[in-house]
Amino acid sequence: MEDYIVELTVNGERISSPVKPEESLLKFLRRNGFTEVKCGCEKGECGTCTVIINKKTVKSCIMLALQARGKEIWTAKGLEKQELGRKLQESFVNTGAIQCGFCTPGIIVTAKNYLDQNPIPDKGEIKKAISGNLCRCTGYKKIVDAIYAVAVENQKSI
Amino acid sequence: MSTNTKILTQEFEYFAPKTLEETLGLLCKYKDKNTKILAGGTDLLVKMKTINLNVDYLINIKDISELNFINTDGGLKIGAAVPLSHIERVGKVKEKYPALYEGIKSMAAIAIRNMATIPGNICNASPAGDTIPPLIVYSAELKLVSKRGERTVQVEDFITGVGKTIIKADELVTQVNIPEINNNSGSAFSKKSRVKADIAKINLAIWLERDGNFCKYCKIVLGSVFIKAVRAKKAEDLLREQIVNDDLFIKVAKKASEEIKPIDDVRSIAEYRTDLAQVMVEDSLKLAWGRAGGEL
Ligand SMILES: Cc1cc2nc3c(=O)[nH]c(=O)nc-3n(C[C@H](O)[C@H](O)[C@H](O)COP(=O)(O)OP(=O)(O)OC[C@H]3O[C@@H](n4cnc5c(N)ncnc54)[C@H](O)[C@@H]3O)c2cc1C
Ligand code: FES
Ligand code: FES
Repeated sequence: MEDYIVELTVNGERISSPVKPEESLLKFLRRNGFTEVKCGCEKGECGTCTVIINKKTVKSCIMLALQARGKEIWTAKGLEKQELGRKLQESFVNTGAIQCGFCTPGIIVTAKNYLDQNPIPDKGEIKKAISGNLCRCTGYKKIVDAIYAVAVENQKSI
Repeated sequence: MSTNTKILTQEFEYFAPKTLEETLGLLCKYKDKNTKILAGGTDLLVKMKTINLNVDYLINIKDISELNFINTDGGLKIGAAVPLSHIERVGKVKEKYPALYEGIKSMAAIAIRNMATIPGNICNASPAGDTIPPLIVYSAELKLVSKRGERTVQVEDFITGVGKTIIKADELVTQVNIPEINNNSGSAFSKKSRVKADIAKINLAIWLERDGNFCKYCKIVLGSVFIKAVRAKKAEDLLREQIVNDDLFIKVAKKASEEIKPIDDVRSIAEYRTDLAQVMVEDSLKLAWGRAGGEL
């Protein structure tokens, strides 16, 4: 099929690129250098490809690049530019919540979006919030601890 | 760049119409081709990647503002482009239609609910679809529109089998209408799956209307136990217009579990499903009765 043009912003940067209809947003992002968006299962189950679109998380492997036309996208790397994103990254490092690291970008994106809406959740709520993100290494405990540490910090600053 | 696993291998043409009129025109024009509506894509795109589902024309309906509304005056009217995560945040859904609220909340994680829609869940017509039993107990109907005109169909009559519905190739589901519910009624949803947010081994919804300690009317619908969600009509008959007590609920639950014809599959075996159904129906009856203001 002929190419279509997709224009969107990723991490505040405007991008315009020809795409084929069958290209997923995940592949589009990786092709354009956003390789922090990881490709795990390719069918919506593992969450490694999670990105934020217009302030909501979605799984980019089951979305076409064309569906993201005109939208504002944030990936894990872009979240460094925001305080909460940075805090989460640091907390993951300090808590030892990263082993192989493959799930980490998707989880940070999910956690950031969740904490934006619910700044001081308990651990049970955090577990629910990241239930769409699989981690094959850590057993989740340290991931939950890392997110919780940021929530505790949020509470102090309120 | 090379890819590692499943990709969309097929080629298709993509449309993102801005109006309903334009969408119906496209559906009419391509009705004899492999044309698919793309809502959230959480079923469709997965299928296009994993099974051999041929699509020549894909019509994304998410940018149509006419399909993006929730109206809470007199019941609930929900446009076909509204994501589940919006619906679960509407106060009236949680208050008045708890079975629908709980059904939606039980589905996948938030990133999926941010995309997925109710018509997508219904048109996909999986026997395990989690919005289906709640919508049937609330007597929800779908509005189907085409260039030829429009019609409304009960969700209960819409699905005919696994992946099968009565929709015509040129028709679009534009909205779901759920009637107003009266204050003497109560409802509940229940689902058992391997882990939370997984596909159901069994799901069910119950709605009943109370008159003092009588059950005036009730609906019991179970999913994942047949080729489509089914009403346990014999169990309903046992309960209707009876004085409610613990024993009756136990009998009704037993009847419901005898009525269904579950199968063995990858998620569970028939025997387990039958036993489970009985416990789930009993618990949900009690919950719905309590919500209707009833006492045991
Ligand atoms: C990881 C994961 C977990 C999931 N968990 C659950 C779960 O727990 N419970 C559950 O029930 N489902 C689950 N699903 C399945 C899916 O998310 C739901 O069925 C969802 O509601 C589908 O909606 P959609 O808008 O994404 O549909 P789409 O994929 O866009 O469409 C599905 C089908 O419906 C048709 N269609 C869509 N809208 C219309 C319309 N308005 N008019 C006519 N035809 C239409 C499409 O052409 C397609 O054939 C899960 C999916 C994934 C990927
Ligand atoms: S790669 Fe998208 S959810 Fe697994
Ligand atoms: S750290 Fe390896 S998958 Fe999570």
